[in-house]
Amino acid sequence: MESIESHTEQEPSGLTKVKNSVISFFLMLYRVYAFIIRFFKEVFVPPYEFREVVRQCYETGVRSFTLITLTGFIIGVIFTKQSRPSLTDFGATSWLPSLVSIAVLKALAPLVTALIAAGKVGSSIGAELGSMRVTEQIDAMEVSGTKPFKFLVCTRVIATTFTIPLLATYTALIALLGGYLNINQNEGTSYATFIEQAFEPITFVDIWASLAKAVVFGFTIGIVGCYQGYNSTKGTEGVGKAANGAVVTAMFLVFIEEVLIVQIAGWFR
Amino acid sequence: MEKQKANIDLNNEVIRIRGLQKSFGDYHVLRGIDLDLYQGENLVVLGRSGTGKSVLIKLISGMLYPDAGTINVLGNELTTITEKEMEALRIRIGFSFQNSALYDSMTVRKNLEFPLVRNRKGITRKEIDNAVHKVLDAVSLSQTINQMPSELSGGQRKRIGIARTLILNPEIMLYDEPTAGLDPITCIEINELINEVQQSYNTSSIIITHDLTCAKMVGDRVAMLLDGQFQRVGSFDEVFATDDARVKPFYDYNFIE
Repeated sequence: MESIESHTEQEPSGLTKVKNSVISFFLMLYRVYAFIIRFFKEVFVPPYEFREVVRQCYETGVRSFTLITLTGFIIGVIFTKQSRPSLTDFGATSWLPSLVSIAVLKALAPLVTALIAAGKVGSSIGAELGSMRVTEQIDAMEVSGTKPFKFLVCTRVIATTFTIPLLATYTALIALLGGYLNINQNEGTSYATFIEQAFEPITFVDIWASLAKAVVFGFTIGIVGCYQGYNSTKGTEGVGKAANGAVVTAMFLVFIEEVLIVQIAGWFR
Repeated sequence: MEKQKANIDLNNEVIRIRGLQKSFGDYHVLRGIDLDLYQGENLVVLGRSGTGKSVLIKLISGMLYPDAGTINVLGNELTTITEKEMEALRIRIGFSFQNSALYDSMTVRKNLEFPLVRNRKGITRKEIDNAVHKVLDAVSLSQTINQMPSELSGGQRKRIGIARTLILNPEIMLYDEPTAGLDPITCIEINELINEVQQSYNTSSIIITHDLTCAKMVGDRVAMLLDGQFQRVGSFDEVFATDDARVKPFYDYNFIE
């Protein structure tokens, strides 16, 4: 008699599991690459969906606006407040405006905006497109003579790429306002002096690097959200996975891009 | 309601399929399908779940690509057609989805306007409004014009889904499980609507279903899909005049006395 063990399905070994994971990771990378190539192939070909792009820009801005305003202001206030004791020890509280502006403009504004947008906008795009995929709305668009990739993906990626730099600029201004109010209250620094000191150490390279970062972050959040949603499968479970995957992957990539762009910007200084 | 005699032109094939094969991995769904759909005809495709009925109409609408065989739709060979020609052809084919596939974020009006605005360049506001009201009247749901899809019942969603395809005046209608998940009375209403569409819009239709009441009410011809091939094709009575163990239970289950 054959033993029961001979009929039991063998659990894959640890090595096989690792091998499968590596293969599926590279397959996923290839699919993302193909998705990005498809975006660039379709985005420059008419018809251009201007109205939908404007609508998506509005949606992206509105979805994050309140949270970004609140977070930006708090970052400015808290960063100033936390930095003060250290500078006081060296009698250097007059450096506070410069310190705040360097931190906010060079790093915090684009990064914080991107992280908030990844949570609010990226997840929303992933869930929306995922839901459209599993309820056949994307197929319905295709059979009614509309190119769903162009209408749904290209418009959203353009919107995030364009809107997130604007939101990052807004975050920077709000954070500087928070910092100014705190400094004004404690040190009595005037608005004119604050602005002068805040922008003294900031160069054009810094501004451009920050804007470039925000553009790259915006593109990443849009393309990752769309990729996850557009390729969603397995019903409602897939929608949840798409939304979750959009946030986690976008945040991970944003941090990697932050490191790379800071490094590249350093070469131009 | 008795089905009116359809005006079928047997000399005019709007769809001609030969040797169609489609597999997903190792699973051979369609194994050499031959099919003709004539102008003005309602053809019902019956079969068990997972036999490839929906795959067949997705192949006809160009959403899937066949592994082998030919599909000729309105004189266009889908296996050799360009992307641009496919886009133009799709406008001539209406596809009614199993779950209606209405755009959740749009009102009924916007759902109906969407295909029209995107495919008829230069169309005026008045022409759009007229077209929207005409198809809403055709499905008897004018009062829902400003409602969101989430506010509609299952039957209403099906009707609006059909209205959305009708707005482009398609020559061919593909219905994927039009009566699935509906109560018997609504099923009859949808079947009547399918017949009305055939008469008023002079469409040729393929109706995918496993609802034999639907098949009997709307089908001019019935094709039974078994083991990846059409095993029995003919009138409803001809198809079920058999002792084939794969066909008989289908009938017995649907028409329990």
